[in-house]
Amino acid sequence: MTPEEQKLIQERQRVRARITALVLGALVILFFAITIAKML
Amino acid sequence: MLSNGQEASTVPMPADWRDLVALTKPRVLTLVVFTGLCGLLVAPGHLPFVLAFTAILCIALGAGAAGALNQWYEADRDAKMKRTAGRPLPAGRMSRETALHFGVGLACFSVLLMGVATNWFAAAILAVSILFYVFVYTIWLKPRTAQNIVIGGAAGAFPPLIGWAAVTGDVAALPIALFMLIFFWTPPHFWALALFVRMDYANAGIPMLPVVAGEAVTRRQILGYTSIMGVAALAPVVLQLTGFIYGATALVATAVFAAMAVQVALRRESDPAHMGPEKRLFKYSVLYLFLLFGAVVVDHWVLAV
Repeated sequence: MTPEEQKLIQERQRVRARITALVLGALVILFFAITIAKML
Repeated sequence: MLSNGQEASTVPMPADWRDLVALTKPRVLTLVVFTGLCGLLVAPGHLPFVLAFTAILCIALGAGAAGALNQWYEADRDAKMKRTAGRPLPAGRMSRETALHFGVGLACFSVLLMGVATNWFAAAILAVSILFYVFVYTIWLKPRTAQNIVIGGAAGAFPPLIGWAAVTGDVAALPIALFMLIFFWTPPHFWALALFVRMDYANAGIPMLPVVAGEAVTRRQILGYTSIMGVAALAPVVLQLTGFIYGATALVATAVFAAMAVQVALRRESDPAHMGPEKRLFKYSVLYLFLLFGAVVVDHWVLAV
């Protein structure tokens, strides 16, 4: 693997990790909101 | 064949997030989400905002999953078509395994979330729509028969039913009428497109109607199905499921659609570069569905006051 490829892979992994974290955070909020809405 | 150095490297290149989004066919999603939202908005009863939002999110995710699985299965065929060769899989920017896992994961998640947030009847319709699109349309009908989009059109007609069912837990005459409208709208919509990308479909070996039966038959069929679509479009007002706002909109919009379909039916042009009316009909057909579904909601809100 060339250094350029390694750099590209790491960059993509970083971006995907950030997006995964954001999606998981959003799901936590969504499930909390769903729980509250179903209790009302 | 893989690109991005995947052949030379032992470490597979992770898919770019934008390619994962592209896998869901975002442009198709807009119409799916809109029709699902309209079904939800005209349904009797009340759904808290967060649950309504979740229902629409599930429809979008389910449709995205179906789109991803469609692209997973059709990667080889997509590579042969100019219109689809740039998609993530045929362009080699993503492994098929990633697309499959993404599609199956998203499908399961959307159905489960729909069941938990709204009701399991809506979740079941969502599951049926995904399975229908993937197994009946993509795998079974599309590569085998020119009637692929006639029967397969049912897959795209489910969203208003799902939106309605998310609120009420059942289905009624109005969402079934809206289902029929999309069902009969699909053939003229797709055959208008198929007329000017006929060679693409022929090269990929997909038996679309213009490839199998020729352009003259396709043009006549567009007109025939437009007539049936017109009946389906006016059915809600005739059956008194909607009011005059929808009725007037449907009448005018369908008349314009029919005029364009007649123009297409009477033409004999076979060069895609000179298929202006066919391209206009295709574009107008998308606007048509937005107009009619928007009118159902406006009608419902205005006349309910």
